[in-house]
Amino acid sequence: MNIVIRKDQWINLAIIASALWFIWFASTHFDEYTVRILNNIAIFTILAVSYNLINGVTGQFSLEPNGFVAIGAYVTALLLLDADAKDYQFDIESPYPWVLGLQANFVWALFFAGTFSSLLALTLSFPVFRVRGDYLAIVTLGFGFIIRILAINNPEITNGSLGLNDIPEFSNLYWTGGIAILAVWGILNIVNSKYGRAMKAVRDDEDAAIAMGVNTFKIKTFAFCTSAFLEGVGGGLLAALLTSISPDLFTFFFTFQLLIIIVLGGLGSTTGAVIGTVLVIGGAEWMRFLDEPMNFGLFVTPAMPGMRMVVFSLILIFVMLFAREGIMGKRELKDLFKKGKK
Amino acid sequence: MILELKGVTKKFGGVTAINNTTFTVNSKEIYGLIGPNGAGKTTMFNIITGNYQATDGEVVFRSEKLNGLKPHTIVRKGIARTFQNIRLFKTMSVMDNVLIGFDFQANYTYFESIFRFPRFFGEEKRIRKRAIEILDYFGIAEFAEHKATDLSYGQQRKVEIARALATNPAMLLLDEPAAGMNPAETKELAHLIRTAREDFDLTVLLIEHDMKFVNQLCDKVLVLDYGKTIFEGKPSDAIKDKEVVAAYLGDFAHD
Ligand SMILES: Nc1ncnc2c1ncn2[C@@H]1O[C@H](COP(=O)(O)OP(=O)(O)O)[C@@H](O)[C@H]1O
Ligand SMILES: [Mg+2]
Repeated sequence: MNIVIRKDQWINLAIIASALWFIWFASTHFDEYTVRILNNIAIFTILAVSYNLINGVTGQFSLEPNGFVAIGAYVTALLLLDADAKDYQFDIESPYPWVLGLQANFVWALFFAGTFSSLLALTLSFPVFRVRGDYLAIVTLGFGFIIRILAINNPEITNGSLGLNDIPEFSNLYWTGGIAILAVWGILNIVNSKYGRAMKAVRDDEDAAIAMGVNTFKIKTFAFCTSAFLEGVGGGLLAALLTSISPDLFTFFFTFQLLIIIVLGGLGSTTGAVIGTVLVIGGAEWMRFLDEPMNFGLFVTPAMPGMRMVVFSLILIFVMLFAREGIMGKRELKDLFKKGKK
Repeated sequence: MILELKGVTKKFGGVTAINNTTFTVNSKEIYGLIGPNGAGKTTMFNIITGNYQATDGEVVFRSEKLNGLKPHTIVRKGIARTFQNIRLFKTMSVMDNVLIGFDFQANYTYFESIFRFPRFFGEEKRIRKRAIEILDYFGIAEFAEHKATDLSYGQQRKVEIARALATNPAMLLLDEPAAGMNPAETKELAHLIRTAREDFDLTVLLIEHDMKFVNQLCDKVLVLDYGKTIFEGKPSDAIKDKEVVAAYLGDFAHD
């Protein structure tokens, strides 16, 4: 038994080491465009594995990511921009004095972004999970809308629909990739612990889980707040990558994209969420030509922005109808190797 | 005396599922709850485990009133159960199903699991060892890594009982454990329950239809009919009781 754990740890270390090497190699050898895509993949990996924790592992259908990512992005942006930069760009209303006073370095900014998100998640947990969580999807959907409306209508804090610009570009592949590795590692550690088992038990049969002494309210709250924390951090990384954010970035569409990723990867599988991210974010880049005018020789189609999303929606529908389990089902990558050994 | 129900009544809208029932179960007894379908037996379990709140009356376990406590709290006080229709965690292995029973007994925090503190490894090792012991006791350790729902019906029943025992209960509630089993499996189960009582120091409260099973196993039975108690005493006397026989419409005649 002991030896098995040892071996697992060596394999994990080898995977982490290769990932770190790849981050270094990509940062030093790849062109800017490719690095940008890899940054996106890293950030969406963080978002997908955390979204999968509440949605796939715990089985609580939720539509929260856009709300918490927005919170994280705004908190980080406000903490990174100095008072002069804020004063200069707030065109609709002048900022509140306390907004000018917000200031922190990148690490603390990301930490506050995550903490603030998970505190909000905690307050949502009480009304929602007290009653079985059946309303979670509706509540989180509404939450996303409210956050967006608040961002638009409080220009003293958020600069309204103009958004925040000139955010220092702290995000690079070391940050996004490093935090993505930590996030995947941490989430897998949760999944492979008594907490992860209890989350799966809640998904499979909540009454039976309660009958085993599991405090299902606590378990659902843990999963939800963990997701929110990492979504806040991911939002912060995104803000410091894009350097400008506005309410339009965080529509329901954002959540929908993540939903496609985790369903495609296999709801409940963390490694599946990573694979889904690479396919969807990488694929979205590759399919960029779909949105542009196309010359078929005999005829030329005009530019059709959003065509890629149509393709992704079709893929989602296909998976839901014919391949419910997605690519990985509920298995993890290591389970595939185990099968072979038996 | 370990469990005492005092004047328990449960109404669902107009239906009185349980009507003013009083009984006590003594330590280490195997106590049978019998009666025709719809008599209110499962409802009684649900009241004891806190899934339903009694409309009236009291449930007392080891001198402590259970009314109003949450189901997961009652489990932690030492009452574990199985379900009438097997309810295993269907995506999880046999091992993980049993480990859920240890959920509240493994002492490490969420934070310690995320960052893999030493306590995580120590506690996981401890509960895994005990889970294997329980699986071994039921002769299903070889299936530990199988998906629970891939096992045969009889084995799934065992997993469910093993999972309940993992919560380290003083009292075990079994809802129709022999349902769907063949005679050989039923006999083995009766033996298992009897030996488990000694080895795990258990009091057993069970619901069963199979009178032969009840006769072999139970020290005492309570017969319910439409929420009313119509008999309490030795199982062998129950079969002779006119009211009981009438309730079952001669079901026992051939036994
Ligand atoms: N949750 C519920 N809501 C309404 N009626 C219920 C509920 N649970 C049980 N009942 C009713 O209570 C009565 C007793 O049911 P039950 O305890 O399941 O019987 P048994 O286990 O003895 O077959 C039945 O009439 C049943 O329809
Ligand atoms: Mg029943």
